[in-house]
Amino acid sequence: MKEKKEKAKQLKSVDYSKWGYLFILPFFLAFLIFQLIPLVSTVYYSFFEYYRSGLKVIGPNPVGLANFKALFESDFLKYTGNTLILWVAGFIPQIVISLLLAAWFTDVRLRIKGKQFFKVVIYMPNLIMASAFAMLFFALFSANGPVNHALVGLGILKEPFRFLSSVGGARGLVALMNFLMWFGNTTILLMAAVMGINPSLFEAAELDGCTPTQTFFKITLPMIRPILVYVLITSMIGGLQMFDVPQILTNGKGTPDRTVTTIIMYLNNHLFSKNYGMAGAISVILFIICAILCLVVYFTLNKDDTVHATRKHRGKEARK
Amino acid sequence: MKKYLKAGLVLVLALAMVFTMAGCGGSGSSDSADGGAEGGKGGKTLNIWCWNDEFQSRFNDYYPEVKEVADDKSTTTLNDGTVVKWTINPNEGNNYQDKLDEALLKQADVDDEEKIDIFLVEADYALKYVDSDTTMDVKELGLTDDDMAQQYQYTKDIVTDSNGVQKGTTWQATPGLFAYRRSIAKDVLGTDDPDAVQEALADWDKFDEVAAKAHEKGYKMLSGFDDAYRTFSNNVAAPWVDGDKVTVDANIVKWIDQTKTYTDKGYNNKSSLWDDTWNADQGPKGKVFGFFYSTWGINFTLLGNSLETKEDEGGKAEVGNGAFGDYAVCYGPQPYYWGGTWICGATGTDNADLVKDVMLKLTCDKDIMKKITEDTQDYTNNQEAMQEIADSDFSSDFLGGQNHIALFVEAAKNIDMSNAGAYDQGLNESIQTAFRDYFEGKVDFEKAKANFETAAKEKYPELKTFEWPK
Repeated sequence: MKEKKEKAKQLKSVDYSKWGYLFILPFFLAFLIFQLIPLVSTVYYSFFEYYRSGLKVIGPNPVGLANFKALFESDFLKYTGNTLILWVAGFIPQIVISLLLAAWFTDVRLRIKGKQFFKVVIYMPNLIMASAFAMLFFALFSANGPVNHALVGLGILKEPFRFLSSVGGARGLVALMNFLMWFGNTTILLMAAVMGINPSLFEAAELDGCTPTQTFFKITLPMIRPILVYVLITSMIGGLQMFDVPQILTNGKGTPDRTVTTIIMYLNNHLFSKNYGMAGAISVILFIICAILCLVVYFTLNKDDTVHATRKHRGKEARK
Repeated sequence: MKKYLKAGLVLVLALAMVFTMAGCGGSGSSDSADGGAEGGKGGKTLNIWCWNDEFQSRFNDYYPEVKEVADDKSTTTLNDGTVVKWTINPNEGNNYQDKLDEALLKQADVDDEEKIDIFLVEADYALKYVDSDTTMDVKELGLTDDDMAQQYQYTKDIVTDSNGVQKGTTWQATPGLFAYRRSIAKDVLGTDDPDAVQEALADWDKFDEVAAKAHEKGYKMLSGFDDAYRTFSNNVAAPWVDGDKVTVDANIVKWIDQTKTYTDKGYNNKSSLWDDTWNADQGPKGKVFGFFYSTWGINFTLLGNSLETKEDEGGKAEVGNGAFGDYAVCYGPQPYYWGGTWICGATGTDNADLVKDVMLKLTCDKDIMKKITEDTQDYTNNQEAMQEIADSDFSSDFLGGQNHIALFVEAAKNIDMSNAGAYDQGLNESIQTAFRDYFEGKVDFEKAKANFETAAKEKYPELKTFEWPK
């Protein structure tokens, strides 16, 4: 009897672990085929001269760090700057408006009606495909488009403003589109964060005579800091990889004067000749930048936890 | 070039169509397989790759062996049971060439029925394929010099590789003309007679004078920056690239100077080819004197744009609908050509006989060539047939009763394509993009030059040095 039981126990445990591995297998297979192998080959080819001239394939010839050298001798830093400018110009209004909306929507005293409706509406732009959205803006803001017709018709402008031919206009449109697409998403994240704050804190603040502004800056903001950091980092990584909106808005050209050319658009330019070497080098640099940012967020959040933990610990000790 | 039509959604739709086609194609071929195909060297499927439906409609309408066309046009069945399978990939952003390259590189490994039999190329990048072993010698396919005797020499030059082997053939020749608005010419020059207008526009100095006059009357001479580009770039002294050196021709710089002057003085409308403004300028409300257009551009693009009520909105192509009938053509200041589509037989085809027959019927047969021109006003690649039409009382209602074929016949004689190269498309696009900023006053000349060089090196890593005229 006893033996049988033990045997059964053994079998069972073996069975379980087998199924466990089986269940996680698809993820690892998919990860291996679609992520790890492409990732490794990208890094590998960044050290090679490897492109197509017409239908002739040149390479792969190992060239060491030549691709990286060429990259930093090119206007890579300018495109990094472009990318950051486009991202910041979109992110600042995005975070300000989102914070404001999140504070209003969660304020118990304001009691805004139709909250659900507004949440859906502000999230809407994110549901449209970025490329379709960019096409729409391209048509709306073209020199001959409805926006210019309206501005001239209303007497605001004397003659059409060529949005896509001016640096400010083109960058402004990209920033505006990124803002419109993402502020809804950010608002909902921040609302969740605010609602996660213990309501008694707000009540106590109110009893102590805090003004709404004080409540916002002294309670809401510090309490949602981890989520703010998360929003900042995800938005930054998304911003660094900005591609579809500027690509389609400028017809793939990044004009005027290549000021709307982002890093990924620069990468894409190299794919005209299937230049896997240079494109790989750009990807590697971008990967390093993203990795650094991920480390930053990891340590920021971790530090927060340790501070929290030590405080708790101290509290316990004090009570003793 | 001509297929940069209306970007975006149209392309997306077209792509969607391609996928549906692929789905339907499979069932179509199995249906007809039992019809007993004996075409060519046994292949039952003729795979044709192209970027729009222009050749498809020519094929369906004029290839004598066509039996029936599938409802969705994805396949065409021939009398002997062979199924023609169409693969259409839009051209924009190098899409067609990318897909074609992938397919051609795999050509040796795929099933016979999957192999590409025919693919089409444009002048701007024809050499890329002609200079490779992906295309077949037309003589090897069975065409003789006699068959092609009536074709324009330049149409053969473009698809002749460095060893003198001709590797493609075309049904159209694309000499360019200057199409002007009769009403505006009357206002500016006092006449709309093509000979008198040609007299006034005979060289670039005169062209500039007319531009100034048109400006005084409130018109624009040209629509945009790139309108005149081809007339300059077709008359360069040497190809773009020699070895790893890019030479910017003095004629290209002339285009830059002229366009800058026109932009600063307000002689053009700051549009780019194929954009909204450019299309609208050709329509009834347009205030632009004229457009440089070649054969297909006149009967296809310009005609479509000139209508007040477009044909897909129920409008008719007839006098009274917008600017229909208000255009006429003259030679303009310099001869040039623009566009054109060549048929290439793909190496590895299992339908060599059929490929030869398609080429023979659709590019060498005088009667078919003549009929295409009479039906569609397209200018076909048969000197004898075109001369007959030029001498006849053929006239175009769209051009106010002018026999434009007669002008094309003259213009076609002056085309010299000895300086075409494999880099034309990429470098033409890059220089137009880079100098657009200069025309708009956003950058200075030196910066635009640098931007062109950067873009050229991105596209073609093998290019190292750049030489600009003094």
